[in-house]
Amino acid sequence: MDVMNATLRRIKIKKNLNAAFVTAFTAALLAIYLMPFVYMILTSLKTPTQITIMGSPIYPADIPTFTFNGENTNTYTFQVNRGGTLTELVIDMSDYAGKRLDLYTVPLPDGTTRNLALVAGFQRESIFIDPENPAADPILWTGGYYKSLSRPWIFSPTWSNYARVWRDIDYPRMLWNTFFYAFTTTIGVLVSCIIVAFGFSRFRFPGRDFLFIVLISTIFLPGAVTVIPTFTFFTQIGWVGTWLPLIVPSFFANAYDTFLLRQYFMTLPHELDEAAMMDGASPLRILTSVIIPQSYPAIVAVTVFHVVWAWNDYFGPLIYLSTRMDLQPVSVALARFNGIYGQQPQYIQAGALMTLIIPLILFFAAQRFFVQGIVITGVEK
Amino acid sequence: MEQLVRGLPKPPSLKTLREMPPLARREFRNGMLFLSPWIIGFLIFTLIPMVATLIFSFMDIKITDGVLNPPRFVGLDNYIKLIHDNAVWNMRPNSTPGALWVTIRFGLIALPVGIFLPLLLALLMNNKYLKGQSFFRSMFYMPYIIPFVASVFLWGGVLNPETGWVNRILMSMGVPYEKLPGWANDINWVYPTYVIMGIWGIGNAMLTMLAGIQSVPTDLYDAAKVDGAGKFATFWNVTFPMISPVIFYNLTLSIVGLFQYFLVPLVVNAGTGRPGGATMFYNLYLYKQFFTNQNMSYGSTLAWLLFLVILLVTIVLFSTARFWVYYASENP
Repeated sequence: MDVMNATLRRIKIKKNLNAAFVTAFTAALLAIYLMPFVYMILTSLKTPTQITIMGSPIYPADIPTFTFNGENTNTYTFQVNRGGTLTELVIDMSDYAGKRLDLYTVPLPDGTTRNLALVAGFQRESIFIDPENPAADPILWTGGYYKSLSRPWIFSPTWSNYARVWRDIDYPRMLWNTFFYAFTTTIGVLVSCIIVAFGFSRFRFPGRDFLFIVLISTIFLPGAVTVIPTFTFFTQIGWVGTWLPLIVPSFFANAYDTFLLRQYFMTLPHELDEAAMMDGASPLRILTSVIIPQSYPAIVAVTVFHVVWAWNDYFGPLIYLSTRMDLQPVSVALARFNGIYGQQPQYIQAGALMTLIIPLILFFAAQRFFVQGIVITGVEK
Repeated sequence: MEQLVRGLPKPPSLKTLREMPPLARREFRNGMLFLSPWIIGFLIFTLIPMVATLIFSFMDIKITDGVLNPPRFVGLDNYIKLIHDNAVWNMRPNSTPGALWVTIRFGLIALPVGIFLPLLLALLMNNKYLKGQSFFRSMFYMPYIIPFVASVFLWGGVLNPETGWVNRILMSMGVPYEKLPGWANDINWVYPTYVIMGIWGIGNAMLTMLAGIQSVPTDLYDAAKVDGAGKFATFWNVTFPMISPVIFYNLTLSIVGLFQYFLVPLVVNAGTGRPGGATMFYNLYLYKQFFTNQNMSYGSTLAWLLFLVILLVTIVLFSTARFWVYYASENP
């Protein structure tokens, strides 16, 4: 009995060890995978100096300084070891009046550590004053190279980066444009794809399967093979520079969303619509009162996928709205902004956060539907 | 394609349409009525533009100085120009690579990553020892919904040669400044940079592969265990065949996507082909012919070549499918 218990315990310990190892490994992987989000948030709160200075912490930190107001005007002479040779150094404290001195965290010979302001720094030894008692004599510190000392960084985020981007790209307007684009095309996609998916899933007629294969093949069709005449055509009828070339096509059904809805409709039992048909209901009536009420999970999945798609769409708005900056969605505005502020990571990261925040919120609010939507389409593949 | 329509009752054939009973005729009429939004859209936004692109490719249509030259029929001139276009075909080392070669070279790095990374992640997500599976699953999927412009700038920031974290870490590990990778501006590092920038796009493939792995019947694993199969043998003989349709689907989409790849170089390297023409992808070259050079006919010619290449690759891929893609219901 004891032997068996011991064996069981050993198996259990081994299992827990395996679980700890696998989970820790996955968590580490996830941390690397999501690291750019941390970079984005921290960088968007920095000043340009905080980004470029070497040895600065990863969070936005102010370089600590102390302003010496000339509380001490004496002159001192020090024997300083400047990289091997002892030299005489004369320090006239009145020279430093009104100057901003860098603060360092200095370990003192008595075992304490204090934040001191650097007056003169060298490879082996340096001279500091105590900011808490600036009238006192300067201190000669002989602990080594002052640059190897740590500095008392102060967390200091620059929130104004967001205000700057908000103003410069006219964020409220870009957000409204994106929302408008996502909303109108979602209506178009839902109306048209539900109708077409109903046609593919509930009627039997010659040519249906051929048309379905044509529909699916359009997923593999390169956009380049249609864009040139389409763009030329929209230019001819004066639609370039308006929302119309982006919104109108969404009312003519697309392969992905039709496929997802059709897969879902096919899982619904036929009994209810047959009963409705016996009662003399028209096909449209069956769609609106039998099929749609049973299909909310699929409809929500299509909606969230489409909103994310519209938020991501870049090329369509780029070519059709390149002359109308006031109509562009956030992704186009962000890329344009990068052209101007490419050398200023703090603005780019703030702008990127403002671009991705809405889809991110949508994802966390509707997670279940994203996974469900993929499973619906994934089953048949 | 077959498996998409399998399991449905076969509809009547087109021949019998005229002698269809009234009920079947009504079914046909109603069905077509419901399909009409897509059929009309397909004609206007897909079929007619495709034919127009083909016609454009046999003509000379250019806009010079904002004025459209009178279009004229030129036969195969554009195709002859295409055959001799060094900017498409050049493969000689130490010279500016042709756009097709750029695309293929990038694909040799990007495709394996695009298939194996989601597969490995899906296997990890399915590991029985992993705690919090659903949390990890949705966190690894999450970046998929980030607009690509934003994710390109996020990774671009991390990989910035001067201020990015990766080079800072490399420097603190003692890599000398001259040896630090220049990432998107470095001809040797630009493809890995693009692959890293695209890494957040694997979420969808990971979830479909995971769904495939989880739908493998457990009795198959039990049978493998009884036969004394090891971990690798079980994966190779049970898991892989069962998820091969998902892998096939993702591979097809990746290859089709590869030939159309151009948005990342357009945003990251301003569509210039920098550094050294290494990012002048085929589709980018095509769009530049149209939008920058305003040469509609040559752009159309390139578009048709792209279409034919994708068609050919897809056909070849589908014809290899029967050697390695396993559809459970077809082999009972």
